[in-house]
Amino acid sequence: MSTQHSRAAARLLVAPSVVLLFLWMIVPLAMTVWFSFLRFNLLMPGTREWIGLLNYRFFLTDPAFFAAVANTLAIVLGVLAITIVGGILLALLLDQPFFGQGAVRLLMIAPFFVMPTVSALVWKNMFMNPVNGLFAWLQKSVGMAPHDWLAATPLLAVIVIVAWQWLPFSTLILLTALQSLDEEQREAAELDGAGALARFRYIVLPHLSRAITVVILIQTIFLLSVFAEILVTTNGGPGTDSTNLAYLVYAQALLQFDVGGASAGGIVAVVLANIVAFFLMRMIGRTLEG
Amino acid sequence: MARRTTLPRKLGVTVVAWGIGFLVFFPILWTVLTSFKTEGEAIASPPSFLAFEWTLENYREVQVRSDYGKHVFNSIVIAGGSTLLGLIIAVPAAWAMAFQPAKRTKDLLMWMLSTKMMPPVGVLVPLYLIFRDLGLLDTRLGLTIILTLIDLPIIVWMLYTYFKEIPGEILEAARMDGADLWNEIVHVLTPMAVPGIASTLLLNVILAWNEAFWTLNLTAAKAAPLTAFIASYSSPEGLFYAKLSAASTMAIAPILILGWFSQKQLVRGLTFGAVK
Repeated sequence: MSTQHSRAAARLLVAPSVVLLFLWMIVPLAMTVWFSFLRFNLLMPGTREWIGLLNYRFFLTDPAFFAAVANTLAIVLGVLAITIVGGILLALLLDQPFFGQGAVRLLMIAPFFVMPTVSALVWKNMFMNPVNGLFAWLQKSVGMAPHDWLAATPLLAVIVIVAWQWLPFSTLILLTALQSLDEEQREAAELDGAGALARFRYIVLPHLSRAITVVILIQTIFLLSVFAEILVTTNGGPGTDSTNLAYLVYAQALLQFDVGGASAGGIVAVVLANIVAFFLMRMIGRTLEG
Repeated sequence: MARRTTLPRKLGVTVVAWGIGFLVFFPILWTVLTSFKTEGEAIASPPSFLAFEWTLENYREVQVRSDYGKHVFNSIVIAGGSTLLGLIIAVPAAWAMAFQPAKRTKDLLMWMLSTKMMPPVGVLVPLYLIFRDLGLLDTRLGLTIILTLIDLPIIVWMLYTYFKEIPGEILEAARMDGADLWNEIVHVLTPMAVPGIASTLLLNVILAWNEAFWTLNLTAAKAAPLTAFIASYSSPEGLFYAKLSAASTMAIAPILILGWFSQKQLVRGLTFGAVK
């Protein structure tokens, strides 16, 4: 039974969170929109004139923009492919009975807790460095020429690093979902003569579909904004070979001081993220019903 | 129900699983090992795995050369402060939404979550300028505020899903006994909610500790937490593998241990209750 009094109290308790988030969401975003219509460069103080959609035209026709969109998509899709396929395989493996399950789980989840700057620098220097890295040593010891990851395949290097960070996340979530699978259903199928592949295709995969969707959507939100891993490894280069949208906007704002252009880029990034967010919100909204 | 298996199969799976677990964990292990090497041995070819002269010199050097303790302090203040501040704001809200749900509560929750979907570059420029004008650039206070705001939706959501599981009958019984809202919160709900609040706190400390967009963009030397300090090793003149490893080991060790303790809550927290 909720009284008038307790309802008013409840509203009072919710208010601080709502007001703060509202300000956080609306004020800076409105400013970004406003700046995106101005000629506004920190190196030219005093000039803030209205130029309409010119910033958008420059940003959207800049070859760097197309490179950045393509790289952003490559990072998102590449990491998703590795973490979903790898995550399913690892979850299936870890779901089997074996000795030391708890310990292996701890080993597998560990990369998720490593801060992005550490994992990026460790991979860049100690593994991918063409002179001193472990990969170079491995290649040399079998008589191959060392591969220069950051110069020759910078985007792939970023994808590998980010995938290593996210593989534990997908594995853990898919494993959790797998463990809620009804064992009797699987055994019944086995008795009916369904092979391992058929059981996976018709029982396991449908059961995992919801968890897979959740992993895809949540990772996509984070992967669209990969930043630290690029900043400390390739700086977006060589050229724009590993520049994604987040890095491009950062470079325009804090390296070229072009507030107007960076704001236009920021809005473009917001629009792209919103398309993804729309689907994620529908997914999570359904769990509220259930 | 335990699944049927044969011993040879179980042994086979054990070998494969440990092998893959070792591979996934190897970069971390390698970092820890390298932190005990001399700089010369750190880049030696062929690399030495265990048979090297173990030294603690790097840990001392990192502290002496770069005032490492200051950055640890910054990380603790920023991650801890933003999590506590977030909890103070979020606990009442989550409480009210779980136990006094209004017609709009679900919409409100979804809207809060949607703020989390905004890519940080969308608001980087104005926040940078606001921080510059208010003198908040490179301050612990400024970063604590930002991290509080980006954590707030997750904190509200996690608390909400935990509070939802507290049975409503207990509340009604307390109300029958004449408890007002304040007494209900302090004496009835709080004891039941402590585990949920604790795991929310743990997960958010981890997320805030590792946050690497705002910490990199809004700090320089003074308020830089460990994420930003480690990034300074990306410059070519900072190429000291053993020292990078020592600094990295110290930066990730506490959070790795916290993370291992909270791995069960992790799934639930990060999927907003969609996978349990």
